[in-house]
Amino acid sequence: MKGLTEIRWHGRGGQGAKTAALLLADVAFSTGAEVQGFPEYGPERMGAPITAYNRVSDKPIRVHSNIYAPDYVVVVDETLLEDIDVTAGLSEEGAVIINTAKDKEEIIPLLKGYQGRVCTIDARKVSMEALGMYFPNSPMLAAVIKVSGIMPEEKFLEEMQMSYEHKFASKPQVIEGNMKALKIALKEVKE
Amino acid sequence: MAIRERLSGNEAVSTAIRQINPDVMPAFPITPSTEIPQYVSSYVADGLIDTEFVAVESEHSAMSATIGASAAGARALTATSSAGLALMWEELHIASSDRVPVVLALVNRALSGPININADHSDGMGARDCGWIQLYSEDNQEAYDNMVMAFRIAEHPDVLLPVMVCQDGFITSHAVQNLLLLEDEKVKNFVGEYEPEDYLLNAKNPMAVGPYAVSSYYMEARRSMAQGMLNAKKVIMDVAKEYENLSGRGYNYFEEYQTKDADYVIVVMGSATGAAKDACDKLRAQGKKVGVLKIRVFRPFPAEELAAALKNVKAIAAMDRAESFSGNGGPMAAELKAALFGARQYPEVLSMVYGLGGRDITVEDMEMIYADLEAGNFDCKELPYRYVNVRE
Repeated sequence: MKGLTEIRWHGRGGQGAKTAALLLADVAFSTGAEVQGFPEYGPERMGAPITAYNRVSDKPIRVHSNIYAPDYVVVVDETLLEDIDVTAGLSEEGAVIINTAKDKEEIIPLLKGYQGRVCTIDARKVSMEALGMYFPNSPMLAAVIKVSGIMPEEKFLEEMQMSYEHKFASKPQVIEGNMKALKIALKEVKE
Repeated sequence: MAIRERLSGNEAVSTAIRQINPDVMPAFPITPSTEIPQYVSSYVADGLIDTEFVAVESEHSAMSATIGASAAGARALTATSSAGLALMWEELHIASSDRVPVVLALVNRALSGPININADHSDGMGARDCGWIQLYSEDNQEAYDNMVMAFRIAEHPDVLLPVMVCQDGFITSHAVQNLLLLEDEKVKNFVGEYEPEDYLLNAKNPMAVGPYAVSSYYMEARRSMAQGMLNAKKVIMDVAKEYENLSGRGYNYFEEYQTKDADYVIVVMGSATGAAKDACDKLRAQGKKVGVLKIRVFRPFPAEELAAALKNVKAIAAMDRAESFSGNGGPMAAELKAALFGARQYPEVLSMVYGLGGRDITVEDMEMIYADLEAGNFDCKELPYRYVNVRE
């Protein structure tokens, strides 16, 4: 990994976009990177649009502002596409990663002319298959790791195993499901 | 060996508190500092520290209990934000005038109204004349380091004044970022055992705390507090030097970034400093003589040192994340101008109010501010100072 990678997450309150951003900071940290993970706090309500951010760099990160020209955008809830210009400022060298069951041809018209890579993943399907419940953040985290290439997949899975073991120490039965969700998502993300 | 970690600002401060293991922490929760008492109470519950955690019913009581504990002879601290600090107002003065060396972790947040939970310095700036030492932190690392140094400054016999360790709400308090921690043992040894000279539970030497002072004594008490604040300047530097030997991280009253030959300098406090530094680097690469001066110690105000550092500067943007409603600019800008005037230095000083209620400030904003300084554009329209990024 070289230089600075900036990621912006769009989700709805309660879907875990903030948690996913913090998990991404954690796994990138484990590779020796300098990281930032932070949410933008507004009125905190379930279902309200929320934004979270990551910076991952090989140099110390000094800027604390929000991210207006990201390299990657992750959209955890496709209904946001109607209301929010998710690709605003997004690098055309980068990519937008959207949680949807639709083909990207159906999604592209909603992206206000974005010319870069458009990636999709059906996080609901992945999550239902792996966990039997709908938690989109693990599949979306795996998708952004795959698309951005900020760390090798093997290392990512290894670190997430340890992270889940720590996070879910009191409910180890969900570790396997979450790991399965990550592994499926790494394969399922489409360009 | 330093410990490489990634923590939010609130986790960083809480970690320092765990390593210090204070005797007493009374607290009442308020966003965005709530996590600090939450983490500390979990450390207590997990048996990691033997701090007496006191869940009180208001911030007024939190500060009262902190003062009471300290007067009794304990090392005590609390944490708060915004309206919580406002409710402590009376007790802030009691703490400093009782000369109790307590510490307050302030996670800076806007004051109402309109009601807002995000960062600005209006809470801390509102308490700037309460006789507290104020340290402002740029990031999680500084919030941690300032917290480790705080009791050493407060408890020094030449000082005996409370210390407020400030960081920007959400921007650093809730952002996970890399930092280097010291080992528990090193912090413990650095902070040391608290051995107060006088305290209420010392039956051999009875004393009164907070008695009435008639006119013939009151001024002497205030003068003595002022001396403690003046003495704090040397102590802050001595503690910083010792901390640098321990951690490798040096601290001063302020940080000078590319200021040595700078014509145009942004003076700023807290988390916005990084954006100014990045803008400075970009413009330096174009050959522009620009710099950043970040104030860490706002109380005591390092007037002479600031004037000396800004001796050859042509124009300054003095950036306040607080509106003081003086009608004459932000609070830091006013004190900076007074410091320069006192040193018979008369550069252009543009007072700028930015970032209120969490309004974002970017590298590009900072570049535009430098461009205005260079172009001599000091026009503020109808105000004697300027608002950054405001709809008019």
